[in-house]
Amino acid sequence: MAQRDVRSLVITGFGLNCEAETAHALKRAGASVDLVHLNDIIAGKRSLSEFSLVALIGGFSFGDHIAAGKVYANRLKFKLADQLREFIEKGNLMIGICNGFQTMAKLGILPGLDGDYASQRFTLAANDSGVFRNDWVRVSVDGRSPCIFTRGIETIDLPIRHGEGKFFMRDEDLLRSMDELGLLTLRYVDPATDEPTMEFPHNPNGSLASVAGVCDPTGRIFGLMPHPEAFWSPLNHPQWPDLEIDDALPEEGYGMKFFRNAVEFLAGQGCAT
Amino acid sequence: MEDHFPSKTSGWESQTVITRIEIGMLNSVIDPMGNDLCESAEKVFGLPLEGARTATVFKIKADLASGEAERIRDELVDPVTQDAALDRRDPGPFDWAVTVGFKPGVTDNVGRTALVAAEDILGRSLGADADVFTERVFFLTAKGLGKEDVKKVALGIVANPLIHTVRVESRQEWESAGPDFSLPVMERSGGAKVAVVDLAGSDSDLERISREGILSLSVEEMRAIRDHFKGASYLEERRQLGLEASPTDAELEALAQTWSEHCKHKIFNAVIRYSEPGRPEETIRSIFKTYIKAATEEIGKRSDLLVSVFHDNAGVVRFNERWNVVYKVETHNSPSALDPYGGAITGIVGVNRDPFGTGRGAALLANVWGYCLGSPFFEKPIPEGLLHPRRIRDGVHHGVIDGGNQSGIPYARGFEWFDERYVGKPLVYCGTLGLMPHEVCGEPAHVKKVKPGDRIVMAGGRVGKDGIHGATFSSEELRAESPSQAVQIGDAFTQKKMTDFLLEARDLGLYTSITDNGAGGLSSSVGEMGCLSGGCDMDLKRAPLKYAGLQPWEILLSEAQERMTMAVPPDRIDAFLELAAARDVEAVDLGEFTDTGRFHVRYGDRTVAYIDMEFLHEGCPLMELEAEWNPPAREKPLLGKSGRLGADLKDLIRRLNVCSREKKSRQYDHEVKALSVVKPFVGRKRDIPSDATVMMVEPGSREGVVLAEGINPRLSDVDTYAMAASVVDLAMRRIVAAGGEPGSVAGLDNFCWPDPVQSEKTPDGKHKLAQLVRACRGLSDTTRAFGVPCISGKDSMKNDSVRGGVKISIPPTLLFSAVGKIIDVSCAVTPEFKRPGDLVYVLGVTRNELGGSEYLAMIGARDGRETIREGKPPRVEPRSALLLYCALNGAIRERLVRSVHTPALGGLAVGFALGGMGGELGVEVDLGRVPREKVDGDAALLFSETNSRFIVTVAPDRQERFEEMMGGTAFAAVGEVVAGCRIQATGLEGDRVLDCDVLELKRAWKKVLEEV
Repeated sequence: MAQRDVRSLVITGFGLNCEAETAHALKRAGASVDLVHLNDIIAGKRSLSEFSLVALIGGFSFGDHIAAGKVYANRLKFKLADQLREFIEKGNLMIGICNGFQTMAKLGILPGLDGDYASQRFTLAANDSGVFRNDWVRVSVDGRSPCIFTRGIETIDLPIRHGEGKFFMRDEDLLRSMDELGLLTLRYVDPATDEPTMEFPHNPNGSLASVAGVCDPTGRIFGLMPHPEAFWSPLNHPQWPDLEIDDALPEEGYGMKFFRNAVEFLAGQGCAT
Repeated sequence: MEDHFPSKTSGWESQTVITRIEIGMLNSVIDPMGNDLCESAEKVFGLPLEGARTATVFKIKADLASGEAERIRDELVDPVTQDAALDRRDPGPFDWAVTVGFKPGVTDNVGRTALVAAEDILGRSLGADADVFTERVFFLTAKGLGKEDVKKVALGIVANPLIHTVRVESRQEWESAGPDFSLPVMERSGGAKVAVVDLAGSDSDLERISREGILSLSVEEMRAIRDHFKGASYLEERRQLGLEASPTDAELEALAQTWSEHCKHKIFNAVIRYSEPGRPEETIRSIFKTYIKAATEEIGKRSDLLVSVFHDNAGVVRFNERWNVVYKVETHNSPSALDPYGGAITGIVGVNRDPFGTGRGAALLANVWGYCLGSPFFEKPIPEGLLHPRRIRDGVHHGVIDGGNQSGIPYARGFEWFDERYVGKPLVYCGTLGLMPHEVCGEPAHVKKVKPGDRIVMAGGRVGKDGIHGATFSSEELRAESPSQAVQIGDAFTQKKMTDFLLEARDLGLYTSITDNGAGGLSSSVGEMGCLSGGCDMDLKRAPLKYAGLQPWEILLSEAQERMTMAVPPDRIDAFLELAAARDVEAVDLGEFTDTGRFHVRYGDRTVAYIDMEFLHEGCPLMELEAEWNPPAREKPLLGKSGRLGADLKDLIRRLNVCSREKKSRQYDHEVKALSVVKPFVGRKRDIPSDATVMMVEPGSREGVVLAEGINPRLSDVDTYAMAASVVDLAMRRIVAAGGEPGSVAGLDNFCWPDPVQSEKTPDGKHKLAQLVRACRGLSDTTRAFGVPCISGKDSMKNDSVRGGVKISIPPTLLFSAVGKIIDVSCAVTPEFKRPGDLVYVLGVTRNELGGSEYLAMIGARDGRETIREGKPPRVEPRSALLLYCALNGAIRERLVRSVHTPALGGLAVGFALGGMGGELGVEVDLGRVPREKVDGDAALLFSETNSRFIVTVAPDRQERFEEMMGGTAFAAVGEVVAGCRIQATGLEGDRVLDCDVLELKRAWKKVLEEV
């Protein structure tokens, strides 16, 4: 199956706002992309079953009123639960970025342990600083992670832009087992050492265990607070003029790796079946 | 005469049960909002709180079936960090409970979303009368504090009595009171009424009617209105519609709004007699037409940049073969003074609607912000009724951050300027850049088309009492009795839904014209679009209301946010309304555009306004004003000893207008859309400000937009001509510094002035008006010479505050915002030094121009003397400047430079420091080599704020070609970037005059505003 036959969906509407760049990244990675308003899916005009990759994008669904991703998660839960379950059970890929990750957490799609994709286990709470922050951070990928999106990545610089990004859970046993399974895919690290850190601003929100992204045990469902779609161009990197002098400016933004991994995986899978 | 007619809207039924759900943070998890309150209480009032925990109360007014309340509770709570209960939860130990709710009629955005959430959860509609109201509760642990202390904290930090209700209860009081079920519902007034206003009385009666009604109309204007209606040629038409020879309340309000200073720019259009010593008196007919418009028209003759200027909501300039860019900057000063958060969020979401409401509408590409404020460290007493500048600053930042971030529009620029005189009135600038295709559905996208018979459609939010009299109120000084309904609270979410829908509708050709409902509401939006067809006829009864009980004139004038008005051809109205419904956007057909020449407004069957369109828009009498300029004598500056220059630099870098703004700025999303190339913060540690920002216009575009601005109100104290010329140059050279094309720049002029009309309360009005005239001349001469057209602008002319007998007037302030184009975004340049061994150049001539400089202001503050009369202000020599800009642009396009920075406040000294701090590198310079003219000392050389200069670094292997490219301009290699972090300068006498540690400077520079 060619990469362009990988059909991806970007769900729009209700205050989400990263549709253009997410669609651009998916297109660059070779997939075909449809931008569809959530209401058109709920109304049955379009269906998740047309797609093998869904992106829950960044933004402020319902203005982040009540809690980030909460009202949107409820809308999906009460109006789209069956389609979502089917989509996941078919082994498709799903990425939730920022507000999409917050939605996944509140919907309970992640961590997806024991096939349970509908119970909230962790949350993304208000940043310890109490305020929104836009900066670049470095994250490292847990080498044990089954995550398809992060294959071949060790560390990567990415932008963060959120007010509620603090990964938090109270169940320490569960956190340990998620860690052992490599589900705590991404961690904020100190760029000087590449070691996970709790220090602000490297860990920008006080995330427990420095967690920046989580996947399910199949590695197909992945959510993260940083924005890989906002690093599609090398010129998105805040220090690109410096990298250019050292001839270290990449051909394309490293954030593209997440999308290329996903599309290549699906294209390869298509060939195999 | 009063006309009563019954209202069909049913009120809220008292038998409806109210469900109360309380959701709070678990005591075992961190509560950032509570922590923030503790920190602020300590910092602001020195009152120690041991702890603060927060909860949210949802009061649901709806008939719920058994078990439904529990379902809503369980689905709204975050089970990981919160607990929830019906009625009341156990908050754990606390001493004081502070409950903050909204006053009746104030927009409750969270409540509105909670209603949608509840309906999703229950899978059913809760009915048209259902509503949800929210409150925030703070549970404080503070044994030592009394009720008055707690009240002080509540009112000083978390609540504003203008919009909030506040209840402070001790634990005991809280326990005995039990859960509160009261709702902030609007009091219902009787049915709709139309009053006729009798204008037959004396001038003092007319004055009183204007003042009491917050109409802001002068006696001359009131007389013009009276005479118009008395002798109207269409009196018979009016009689048949049940109207009289006196205006109705709705008519008078519509006229007041249309003729307001805010909308009509009466001072900019006035006839002004201008005099200065030794010159004959001049009569200037409209400073807008004479200076601003004339300059733009002249530039338009020799450039293809201009697409649509001055007449629409925003200016439109050509970007490339496919796109035009649309730009507008607005101010939202008075509302932000009263309610900083609400005023500011309304400012940003409001200006979003300007490019969005230009032509057929532009997609929104970037936002900008800028504030002129009193010092957050201000220690003198604050006049009664004004808020402390720190609180204004926090609230304004918070509001603009929320508004833009939630709209998914990146903030490309931001600035803060501090001066004591903004304590009376803060200036809150918000701007938006839009991107518009040349054509939509085969027709030019920048042209509005309205034909008789087109439907008048309003979409977006509902109409409430919010913002009534906003336009007229902003045309007045701030008084203690300034109305609270002037405060609106914008809702980015409602607007985002609306703009998403309307862009979809635009591209389907479902409407042919669009404008926003801002100042003046429907009266203004329909009135203005009606000019294109020649009239309108609408029924206010069809407008959806937030709550019952609005009078027709209130519906007409309401400035409730998030609404656009469209002209929809009759054959497309069904498709338009269907798409709106599919996108959860409320849209209503209010009536039709006509060619009757009349502004016709009904409420059901009853006509409430019937005004001649021409009188409405052109009937306002011109003002006649006097301006008198007496140039103050200049004195020679008294400078510090040259041995102190290093210490001076350290002091300078910590000054409020120079120090780092990063802490607040990082809270603005500047990267959504993933198009940014040069961000607001750059450098090795991403922590020094860029001179200008650069972004692509769509993913993958080589061409990009460059944004920058210039502002310097202190120079106004010296001479507003020099001020205006300097801010234009500053914006222009910043664009060039980042790689923008000098020939591609367009600008916006935003004038904020103290009242310049001579009167008893403004005895120096002639001087202030002369300052305005001179500023316009400076703007006109400089933009003309640079070929930078002003494409849109705004003036706010009453920035005075009279409270407790104290009048505080702002300094005359001109913000010049510029947008330019860069041919290839990968050629963009940043200001930080890059590598040791790079050559350091200074381009442009330095003159002895310390007048109005940051350096003299610092010396004045240090020595306790007024320095504003000392030294010459910087001037602009556009011809040589433009040559330099073109040469530098060529060098940038050839990728010959490593860094470019254009010095502003603090001159070359601060410029070298910024380059060093950004690259965490040192620099060695020989001041003797700096190109200069009549500069007599190292201090003047280092700290003069001469315009049109750059500090550029170049790799040694590019030296030859760079110098070749710069041939014919004034420039010199003055030193070298060095490893290690010292800034060292050799003075004119050959001695070392400056030797500072860059990292030490950087720490001092960052610390100042990190502490508030």
